[in-house]
Amino acid sequence: MQLGRVQGTVVATIKSDGLEGVRFLIVQPLDKHQQPVGDPLVAADAVHMAGPGELIYFVASREAAEAMPERFVPVDHAIVGIVDQVHVVS
Amino acid sequence: MKLAKISGTVVSTINFPFFDSKSLMICDLINAHGEFDGYTIAVDVVGAGVGEIVLVIDEGNSSRQIFGLETGPIRATIVGIVDQVDLEVPGDSSE
Repeated sequence: MQLGRVQGTVVATIKSDGLEGVRFLIVQPLDKHQQPVGDPLVAADAVHMAGPGELIYFVASREAAEAMPERFVPVDHAIVGIVDQVHVVS
Repeated sequence: MKLAKISGTVVSTINFPFFDSKSLMICDLINAHGEFDGYTIAVDVVGAGVGEIVLVIDEGNSSRQIFGLETGPIRATIVGIVDQVDLEVPGDSSE
């Protein structure tokens, strides 16, 4: 899992089966010091509460679909938590 | 499995139910040359602390097996605390 910052929302009416009701957000991946790293990506919101500006953590690859109501859906990034606090020593 | 050094913690209250009461650690991954190369947030099941070198399994099915689950959005799990590593890099004369 990685840290990310929600930058915006994506609205799609026509989606693959199983993705009805799933929210999509634009997420900028961050390093452990919360600095941007790489390009923004679109992630499904599995906590149903994340919004623009929030610090979140997301899971990538096959495991992202495990966070969806239906397991076999084409999702490769999913937000699984909203971060309250990050403590980094180095 | 990968070697990593724990460099921090992540606290979250609003999360996917699987992560309720799970401990999340920021793990700096260590590559074959002993250098830090990226990081991952992993769930801790062994009681590791910040500063420790640990074994991280970065594979979903293995991680779910640890928690006795068939489904769950989990991939990286800390499964061991490393006491010692002896590393010989082929072609590298430096210690």
